[in-house]
Amino acid sequence: MVDILMPALSPTMTEGKLAKWLKQPGDEIKSGDVIAEIETDKATMEVEAVDEGKLEEILVPEGTEGVAVNTVIARMGGESAPAAKPEAPAPVPVEAKAAPAAPAVHKTVVEVPEAEWGETKPMTVREALREAMVLEMRADGDVFLMGEEVAQYQGAYKISQGMLDEFGPKRVIDTPITEHGFTGMAVGAAMNGLKPIVEFMTFNFAMQAIDQIINSAAKTLYMSGGQMGAQIVFRGPNGAAARVGAQHSQCYASWYAHCPGLKVVAPWSAADAKGLLRAAIRDPNPVIFLENEILYGHSFECPVSDDFILPLGKSKVEREGTDVTIIAFSIMVDVAMKAADALAEQGVSAEVINLRTIRPLDIETIAASVKKTNRVVSVEEGWPFAGIGSEIIATVVEHCFDWLDAPPARVAGVDVPMPYAANLEKLALPQPEWVVDAVKKFF
Amino acid sequence: MAAAPDKSRKSRKLTDSMDRAELLDAYSTMLLIRRFEEKAGQLYGMGLIAGFCHLYIGQEAVVVGMQHCIEDGDEVITSYRDHGHMLAAGMDPKGVMAELTGRSGGYSRGKGGSMHMFSKEKGFFGGHGIVGAQVSLGTGLGFSNWYRENDRVSLTYFGEGAANQGQVYESFNLSNLMKLPVVYIIENNRYAMGTSVERASASRDLSLNGVPWGMPSMAVDGMDVLAVKAAGEEAVAHCRSGKGPFLLEMKTYRYRGHSMSDPAKYRTREEVQKMRAEHDSLDHAKAKLIELGIDEAALKRIDDEVKARVQEAADFAQSSPEPEPGELYTDVLVEG
Repeated sequence: MVDILMPALSPTMTEGKLAKWLKQPGDEIKSGDVIAEIETDKATMEVEAVDEGKLEEILVPEGTEGVAVNTVIARMGGESAPAAKPEAPAPVPVEAKAAPAAPAVHKTVVEVPEAEWGETKPMTVREALREAMVLEMRADGDVFLMGEEVAQYQGAYKISQGMLDEFGPKRVIDTPITEHGFTGMAVGAAMNGLKPIVEFMTFNFAMQAIDQIINSAAKTLYMSGGQMGAQIVFRGPNGAAARVGAQHSQCYASWYAHCPGLKVVAPWSAADAKGLLRAAIRDPNPVIFLENEILYGHSFECPVSDDFILPLGKSKVEREGTDVTIIAFSIMVDVAMKAADALAEQGVSAEVINLRTIRPLDIETIAASVKKTNRVVSVEEGWPFAGIGSEIIATVVEHCFDWLDAPPARVAGVDVPMPYAANLEKLALPQPEWVVDAVKKFF
Repeated sequence: MAAAPDKSRKSRKLTDSMDRAELLDAYSTMLLIRRFEEKAGQLYGMGLIAGFCHLYIGQEAVVVGMQHCIEDGDEVITSYRDHGHMLAAGMDPKGVMAELTGRSGGYSRGKGGSMHMFSKEKGFFGGHGIVGAQVSLGTGLGFSNWYRENDRVSLTYFGEGAANQGQVYESFNLSNLMKLPVVYIIENNRYAMGTSVERASASRDLSLNGVPWGMPSMAVDGMDVLAVKAAGEEAVAHCRSGKGPFLLEMKTYRYRGHSMSDPAKYRTREEVQKMRAEHDSLDHAKAKLIELGIDEAALKRIDDEVKARVQEAADFAQSSPEPEPGELYTDVLVEG
């Protein structure tokens, strides 16, 4: 017997939906036959058989959601060829490997919903981003989405799924792979009064377009003496995904945050994603909106109100504490929250600030917290040199020097290009223990 | 030098492209640009203008002829050699000159300088200092017209040096794919700073650089304002009717250096003199006007008017105060 396992169909896939079986028990299967369809968080994909033989048993019925990668989904008999090779040893069953550590359904229980906005419901970051764009596009005909695979493909990460149907090809525009050209085109359209949302498949590719983002979008308002600016959002996944190597795993927060004329936003939760993206689209300035691929499938409580919006430039205290302030953004808020849990077990009360907006930096919230806790650690996935942590710590020193009981500490990604090997990649990215270790040095 | 429009395309007789009154108007704008630029060069020499200052002298027929092809609501965008484009678009010489001197009366209140001026009112979208960047931006202006279905057209100017930038061809691909109303105008003045087009471009006929995308094009004698207008009208009509972009290669020449600090070692004085003597756009227009019955006295009157306007601009540019120190911090972001 051969076990058929739930395959991983993308770098970040930990689970998927078994959408459909195309073969039934008793069917003969040849190598290359499509046996099932699996829906991941990005797309529906076909699973091809590797081994040949008769399908004996289906263990996971079609329609099952949240099937972890490497779960045994069916069993297949050995080769059905007649006794030509009776001596051949029976195929060794492939052992089902343990599913990756990530839980099948991610739930962040510690997150405080946006209380003042009333009723909430669980929502993925992906759904929240989509809802933000849909609501803003319904409200304003000058807002449109463009980028690679945003329309017919339904979004490389399914963020724009269904939007082509609602808004048509004029407002949900597939571009060729031509970042420099289409970014300049979008900025030109914004100078003429339209409000583009430019999706970069990932921010790694935006480096091809960074001249247009900085020199054209960010500086024109100033260079024109306030006469002409660009209301435009550049959004897409930023930072490390999983196992995609050096050119596809980089945090650009400090690159963009360096530049006057830009706002830089990095949501963590679904509420952040929905509330901040709506604000970014309405903001009359160019906004860099740094998402995180791994967070797309994570679910958080999010206000259901169609009016829900969050201000840019305001951070959020996600967890209150008294002994140390941990400041993070994007997926590093997860790391900070886990570190805070671990510290609590050790009797240290940590306050966690989710920056939400990186530029302009919410100095008020940061200073109020540090003056209370007297200790601060910044956490970021990007490289340490001239990173966001450097800016946070300089700011804390300028504003709260007399309140500090210990030198501020930085936790950042290791100062190397991202390696591919699983163990090395893990060593390169900040882990909750790193934060715990940094905090313990204070005491 | 003088390249006739592509023989394969039908053009009206060039002399018909403007009547006497229109040609007179065009001549007067070309003269305004030339005198303005001469004055700017003079003020630069006096230390009143600093930094980069790219003069348009020699190329006047291109922008004036093209401006005569468009209407209010159409857009214009160009590179850093932009003074002529602004004057042709009807921007006030006083505001342009005061920006050159870095004064508060300048179009960008002194914060942009020679390369960065804009006028929403006149449809002028800059003034861009990164070679080739305005080509993508101009494609975006065309995109906004396509999006709004308003039959407006974007004129996107760039030099033959910029024609070697990758984003130009990304833009050609996008605009032809989406049928955007953009007239791309290569102002081929033969030298990208000090590098001649022959030393920089493997393409020997830049008007053909849009062919892989199926873009119609023409090579035009850019020293002849009538030829520019004739070709421009055809290109603009093509774009306005929704057929997509059009490429014009204007064969022109700049008499002055790339910027003010040009050592001029890359071409001979004789080459420049020959061009000025034999192909000057102003001489050409003037001769045509005389042929059409305009007398010397009328031309002299125009000359005097233009000189007075330029002097007024120069005076304003020197008397307008410098920006307030507080201006340093304004216009970084739109507040509120």
